[in-house]
Amino acid sequence: MDFMSFVPYLIVMAGVTYLIRVIPFVLINKKIENRFINSFLYYIPYTVLSAMTFPAILYATGSMISAAAGLLTAIFIAYKGKGLLVVAIGACLAVFIVEVLMMLL
Amino acid sequence: MDFTKGIKDGIPIALGYFSVSIAFGLMAVEAGCTWVEAMLISLTNLTSAGQFAGVTVLAHMGTYIEMALTQLVINSRYALMGISLSQKVNARFKGLWRVILGFAITDEIFAVAIGQEGEISRRYFAGLAIIPIIGWTSGTIVGAVLGNIMPEIITSALGVALYGMFIAVVVPKARENIHVLAVVIIAVAISVALRYIPVFSGISAGFAIIICAVIASAAGAVFFPVKEDKQ
Repeated sequence: MDFMSFVPYLIVMAGVTYLIRVIPFVLINKKIENRFINSFLYYIPYTVLSAMTFPAILYATGSMISAAAGLLTAIFIAYKGKGLLVVAIGACLAVFIVEVLMMLL
Repeated sequence: MDFTKGIKDGIPIALGYFSVSIAFGLMAVEAGCTWVEAMLISLTNLTSAGQFAGVTVLAHMGTYIEMALTQLVINSRYALMGISLSQKVNARFKGLWRVILGFAITDEIFAVAIGQEGEISRRYFAGLAIIPIIGWTSGTIVGAVLGNIMPEIITSALGVALYGMFIAVVVPKARENIHVLAVVIIAVAISVALRYIPVFSGISAGFAIIICAVIASAAGAVFFPVKEDKQ
């Protein structure tokens, strides 16, 4: 892509993303006392991440079968209490193994 | 001491980012970016879903408005995370520090920071952010430069790396806290409904995430309000 036509897109993309992150973080300086809002915010990371993951993960690989294997493996390893990296690598390996098997069979 | 602990906690995130951003670098080059452009996107955006969507807008040279709206919708969860984080940081983490370090609010950095016992300091957060930024950017370069010589089966396997990290954040918490498990089930159920029920097919993926998160979290706040000491 021509660099001069790329730069304005980059500025829009990075600028919007930055402002979304920083404006609320900078403006809110007091502790929020409202129990509803605090509870709502407590649940946000978990609801965002789970909605992003399912069902999108099923379409993230070459086939839905290998993706399902990756999903179940990740849940199992995470349930065992392993960290981010072990879970991510385990999921990738499961997808890889299932896709190799599918090619052989 | 805080900084060192942050660095240490950031390493697993960085390794995950490294592998996921290989997939991004690959996609950016396929969409017509040079490796330098792909690298600049990762260095200045530091976000997964937003960048993947942004590159598709770039690929068809969409309008700037389309680019801005796409980022606004997909990344608006960071606004919620920024509010949540503002309740968790100590008194000295303010002003210019928030302006600078707020850049590094991502799903994983946020999740690790919010999972800490007690308040968090600017030193800890800076340490936590720095290695993942390097990992995300360098993985993008690797993907952009080496992507076309990588076999398809490898790139396919890398496709779940990002989701693996999300699962690693959610599952342990859902295991120890049944209320978290309940809101996660609600969020996933809505996500499935929005995806497969034809009436909702006009809703973009980014907007769907917001709908799921807001409804499920609000349900959680109504039915399972959190006690103060749990924050």
